[in-house]
Amino acid sequence: MKHANQIKDHWREKQLFNNRILICAFLALIMMGIVVVRLANLQLVNADYYAAQSQGNRIRVQPLPPTRGLIFDRNQKLLVENTPSYQLEITPEQVPDLDDTLERLSASGLLEQENIDRVRGLINSRRRFDSIPIRQKMTDEDVARFAVLRPYFPGVEIRARLARTYPFGTVAAHALGYVGGISATDQDKLDPAAYAGTSYIGKVATERAYENELHGTVGHQDVLVNVHGRVMQVLDTQLSVPGRDLLLSLDIDTQIAAEKALGSRRGAVAAIDPRNGEVLVLASTPNFDPNSFTAGLSRTEFNALQTDVDQPLFNRALRGKYPPGSTIKPIIALAGLEQNAVSANQQIFCRGHFSLPGSTHRYRDWKPEGHGLVNLRDAVAQSCDTYFYDLANEIGIDAMAVTLQEFGLGETTGLDIGPESGGLVPTRSWKRRNFADPEDQIWYPGETVIAGIGQGFMLTTPLQLAHATATIAMRGIRYRPSLVRGMRDPVSGAVAVRQPRNLPPVRVTTPERWDQIIGAMEAVIYDPKGTARALGVNSKWRLAGKSGTAQVVSVAQDEKYNAEELAERMRDHALFVAFAPVDDPRIAVAVIVENGGSGSGVAGPVARQVIDAYLNKVAL
Amino acid sequence: MARATDTGAGQHSFFSRLLQRMHVDPPLLAGIGTVLVLGAFVLYSATGGRLDPLWGQAAKIGVAALIMLAVAQVEPVWLRRASPWLFATGLVMLALVLVRGEIGGGAQRWLDIGVRFQPSELMKLAVPAMLAWLLHDRALPPSLLMIGGLLTLIALPVGMIALQPDLGTAILIGLTGATVIFLAGISLRFVFFSGALTLAAMPLLWYFMRPYQKQRVLTLLDPEQDPLGAGYHIIQSKIAIGSGGGFGKGWLNGSQGQLEFLPERSTDFIFAVIGEEFGFFGVSILLLLYLMIVARGFYIAAAAQDTFSRLLAGAISFTFFFYIFVNTAMVTGLVPVVGVPLPLVSAGGTSMVTLLAGFGILMSIQTHRKLLPR
Repeated sequence: MKHANQIKDHWREKQLFNNRILICAFLALIMMGIVVVRLANLQLVNADYYAAQSQGNRIRVQPLPPTRGLIFDRNQKLLVENTPSYQLEITPEQVPDLDDTLERLSASGLLEQENIDRVRGLINSRRRFDSIPIRQKMTDEDVARFAVLRPYFPGVEIRARLARTYPFGTVAAHALGYVGGISATDQDKLDPAAYAGTSYIGKVATERAYENELHGTVGHQDVLVNVHGRVMQVLDTQLSVPGRDLLLSLDIDTQIAAEKALGSRRGAVAAIDPRNGEVLVLASTPNFDPNSFTAGLSRTEFNALQTDVDQPLFNRALRGKYPPGSTIKPIIALAGLEQNAVSANQQIFCRGHFSLPGSTHRYRDWKPEGHGLVNLRDAVAQSCDTYFYDLANEIGIDAMAVTLQEFGLGETTGLDIGPESGGLVPTRSWKRRNFADPEDQIWYPGETVIAGIGQGFMLTTPLQLAHATATIAMRGIRYRPSLVRGMRDPVSGAVAVRQPRNLPPVRVTTPERWDQIIGAMEAVIYDPKGTARALGVNSKWRLAGKSGTAQVVSVAQDEKYNAEELAERMRDHALFVAFAPVDDPRIAVAVIVENGGSGSGVAGPVARQVIDAYLNKVAL
Repeated sequence: MARATDTGAGQHSFFSRLLQRMHVDPPLLAGIGTVLVLGAFVLYSATGGRLDPLWGQAAKIGVAALIMLAVAQVEPVWLRRASPWLFATGLVMLALVLVRGEIGGGAQRWLDIGVRFQPSELMKLAVPAMLAWLLHDRALPPSLLMIGGLLTLIALPVGMIALQPDLGTAILIGLTGATVIFLAGISLRFVFFSGALTLAAMPLLWYFMRPYQKQRVLTLLDPEQDPLGAGYHIIQSKIAIGSGGGFGKGWLNGSQGQLEFLPERSTDFIFAVIGEEFGFFGVSILLLLYLMIVARGFYIAAAAQDTFSRLLAGAISFTFFFYIFVNTAMVTGLVPVVGVPLPLVSAGGTSMVTLLAGFGILMSIQTHRKLLPR
């Protein structure tokens, strides 16, 4: 680009430039002048004031970390508390040689060698003048050992702090979560001033979701120190405000019963009070001990938890995605009624298999000889697959999906703790969107057929199943599941109660339809041919339920199983959903036992024990 | 006696010839050297009288000085030709940092290429060089359209750095770019107008600030409000400086610094240590030394022979001054706490390399002048 009509005038440009440099110099002088005036004001005019501040008063501001809020169950039983413990803290600014200090701490057995890198990262992420905890919950022996070595470790001190304790140990670990040291990632997200003096932060579940409420407000203390930095006198105190106590809807006794019923098997239980959405039980096994996180897990211990094939850190109740199997048959039945594809008394003949028109492929019933003539109630009670193959084919996948979605399947329930998985309700458009190969984008009629018995692409979480069961129990009225039912201000004792939150209800054309569905679910337990007839024996309350047995689709290729274990892990998942009492529902429960085999035989008894534990207690 | 004088004069001229050969500008070197040496004494005191950090800093200064010497050997013409490439490289690196930050989920300012490298540091020099390159063969003052283009070129890296987020560095680089435009001779009316516009946009800026940045501004207005956070820095640094009085408490005797009341006393807040130990007298001397360096920079800019050199030298010099201003104003509680180190004195290698590379450019411009017929 040439500038034909703009001729460079070198002399004029130089004049202009020198002019500008002069202006810059002048500006610099003025700005420097402002700083000098400020310095003169500080050092000459007010020198005495500041000299007094620095000489006479050696004031140090110390943070007073707030006490973390406690967590109670629905009957005021203490689930999470703070207990005094000793921890090792380091103030980087006062340490002559950090690497050397850490190495020597490790050599004297006070810090594990494998934790040094983590500690160093922690130190780099925090302010150099903060006291940073490097080891929590020290044993008396370690405290004594350090007391002897103290002179050799300037900048390292033992402090008595309150440590998070979970008196029930592993019970409800997945619902409560745990706290851990503030990591570099946490550090980016929080206000360092608000966390001055605090060494823990909520990591998962309730501890994390309610971090802001539990944490409280930091206070501070202006103290007079001598030349060696020892506190001589407290001048001014701004007390910290403790965090709020959480009142959970969880019932710890029922929770214990649920975890005991699951035993050493992999599985999950979610139970909800249908009248308000309050979560009563949230169990996932195997679980872990949150206390070990507070004490500071070593990297090896944490890796062991993370790489365990049974995934103890995985919250199956919220995150586990399982094919619902036959547990969704009542909902499919309702969809059939609503679509006028079937009436309650209409009978079909089950000969043990179903074929699509013009096809010879047989979709087999679980009972090879067939159920004979069955109406809707019989089909649910005996879990007749053929009936639902036919029904699904009749109403189509998209209409089925609409009803399933009305029950909240396919999306997160909106529980106040997370993270939660949304599961999957397949539709034609979903398949188009989610597969790359045009071949795979086509929805096949056979996929509709197996969706009728909760197989194929469909995935649900135990919480979603409990939520949907509660909706059936309430004849369509839905509440958002919630775990925290109130918060208490520990100072005033005032409790803020959280009101149940309504969700859009499931509407049906005539209320009898609910009677028919619920009646069918009662028949599962009380009909002589019901799949779970063993479950109703000696029950003090009228139960309604549905069993499910879901095929395990595949096992991840990269995981290492031996042949025996592989066979075990290919077994069907056992599911059961239930609620009770039928005429005044107080609890809705969903149970899954991974690779448990039979739904009614394995998951059913767990559901019964959970219901009994709860209803026996609330004493109708 | 006469012989001795001769020898001395001979040595002197040999020495100055050597410096000229090495493309070193003696007045600039003297100024920088004096501040660096004084800075070492202050750092020794600020780190509690230990030698290890001092050696560490000396090594960083050594590396930075080698880079300065290397840059000084490059003729301004070559600097000019390299400018757009440097700028483009810087932009790509900034984009990489942003993308990696997105993936990593946290704030990131550096790239790991053997050493941790902050692209924003490269931009401190690449932005003014790029603008000077664009203007070097055009008639000045630039047209309105040109100014628009220049502002866009500034906004690109500034925006990306602000997203990191590193608002402090973004503002400083924006200011460096603005200095080039100002030096290029745009009308003063335009300057006042855009200055007024910036002031009017302040409330808008407030809207975009993150909570912690708002907190810093509020803290400046009333440090007592936040004694555990940024307010602590300001309270302690004012006490340290004020208690130094006219002549200070003496080297190694500043109680605020030595008793570790003063945070970040070897890095961003080292000026407070100087204020406490050497008093008003001491800081005045230091500020005077700084002003002499800046004055030499302005002289080099005024004496430069082409537009590119002039604009670049002027911008580097004024930016150097601005860093000094922002740091001292921050430490004395005049402006909010932004992480800007005190040039040549604060511990740390990154800013040292950028600073001395900038001085290398000044030296190259000064020592590669050709004798032109008047």
